[in-house]
Amino acid sequence: MYVELRGTSGPVAVVGPNGSGKTTLLRLIAGALPARSGEIVVAGDTLYASDSSIDWPIERRRVGYVPQGFGLFPHLTVVDNVCFGLDGHGGAETRAARRARAGRILAALGCQDLTHRRPGHLSGGEKQRVALARALVIEPRMLLLDEPLAALDVSARRSVRAVLAARLRELDCPSIVVTHDVRDVDALAAHVCVLEQGRVTQQGSLQELRAAPATEFVAEFVQA
Amino acid sequence: MRTTGSRTLAFSLGAVLVLLLVLPLVSLALAASPADVRVGLESPLFLPALALSVRTTLLSLGIIVLTGTPLAWWLATSESRTARVVELIVDLPIVIPPAVIGVALLQTFGRQGLLGGPLDRLGLGIPFTERAVLLAQIVVSAPFFVQAAANAFRKVDPDVVIVARTLGASPARAFLRVAIPIARPGLVVGASLAWARALGEFGATLLFAGNLPGRTQTMPLAILSALESDVRVAIVFSLVLAALGTVLLIGLRLAPSVWASFAGRPDSRLRPATPRG
Repeated sequence: MYVELRGTSGPVAVVGPNGSGKTTLLRLIAGALPARSGEIVVAGDTLYASDSSIDWPIERRRVGYVPQGFGLFPHLTVVDNVCFGLDGHGGAETRAARRARAGRILAALGCQDLTHRRPGHLSGGEKQRVALARALVIEPRMLLLDEPLAALDVSARRSVRAVLAARLRELDCPSIVVTHDVRDVDALAAHVCVLEQGRVTQQGSLQELRAAPATEFVAEFVQA
Repeated sequence: MRTTGSRTLAFSLGAVLVLLLVLPLVSLALAASPADVRVGLESPLFLPALALSVRTTLLSLGIIVLTGTPLAWWLATSESRTARVVELIVDLPIVIPPAVIGVALLQTFGRQGLLGGPLDRLGLGIPFTERAVLLAQIVVSAPFFVQAAANAFRKVDPDVVIVARTLGASPARAFLRVAIPIARPGLVVGASLAWARALGEFGATLLFAGNLPGRTQTMPLAILSALESDVRVAIVFSLVLAALGTVLLIGLRLAPSVWASFAGRPDSRLRPATPRG
């Protein structure tokens, strides 16, 4: 599988039919799945290269990953969820400093009132923002979002989409958003990469895809 | 009319079974007068057997939890054929009669056994010692813990563990700080079942460890000895074991709600969250 995602400005959307390898792509980049051959290069850093036997372990890749169901730790409060990625590294930072850092990022995402709640008591949109805060607090070299809006009910989707779009534009790291909804692409990403059966069949802006769809899937997707 | 008839039949059939389960326990409770209880508790067999039972079951439980938890995690997360075979092997003691396990343990650790000779030469003979009591308990009760723990781990969302790893957690930290706390209620249920099974262990212990008062005589074996001399003592011993089991069961039933209130503690002062999107 060769995928080059050229998203020079703003997030890249990855779309494709079910089973085309979208989640697999994210997990390969994050290091959650073992790659068999090839290279994974993120913002100039080679995380994996079969030829030179480079393979960074998942915990050292510093790739922010937000899975479809958000993957919040149900037994930890919101602030402890966010602190999880800071606590492991120890470092010179005190516990209070780490909690303050978590608090700042939660506030930036409008979650300051949720600090002591547990994920079971959050709405879908709140969960998503907490998951985003948790992924961003480690200052990732890249952010991966798997179907960030799929777990939300339709009424919440539009407002959450707008908030997410604003956040992603402010990011200073590259990001990939997997989605199956053309409205997400329109709102969230400047660049689209179409994945079909593990191969990139087309890349470009949504306008470019609309103007000249390369495959049947692309033609149906842009019309939806 | 027909539905009422079949409902009555189903109810009666169920009632027969409930009666069969309850009647022996009620009879047991009614059989002992306060004077009998005193005789039983003052029996020279009582305290040594109770102490041995408590000591060995707690120790065997500790060993089972320590070794069984990583095993259960592997069984729950591995899709390999080896894992399925190992799972089958772990379950075997549930379907094999305890007496057979006792004989098998003797064949392994007895003087003529597979490991018995070398252990004996090292002065670590096992049969008919407290170590044998411990081993018998581990073998018969470990499957109950491992099975429950593996089921609890299977319910842990794999994405949650992946996220923990992307946040810098080593495999051990993701396991200890994420997987175990999420699976904890299931682990506790498994540990309780295993402990209850170890406490009641009789057949394998009798064959492998013997029934030596003060050395290998656990509470169930003390009941056997007491029956031969004074049935009142046997009844009182039985009551003690039945009471322990009942307390454990009630504790297990209450545990989920106690857990929920504990887990929700930081929220208890807040009203239910209103979804805000």
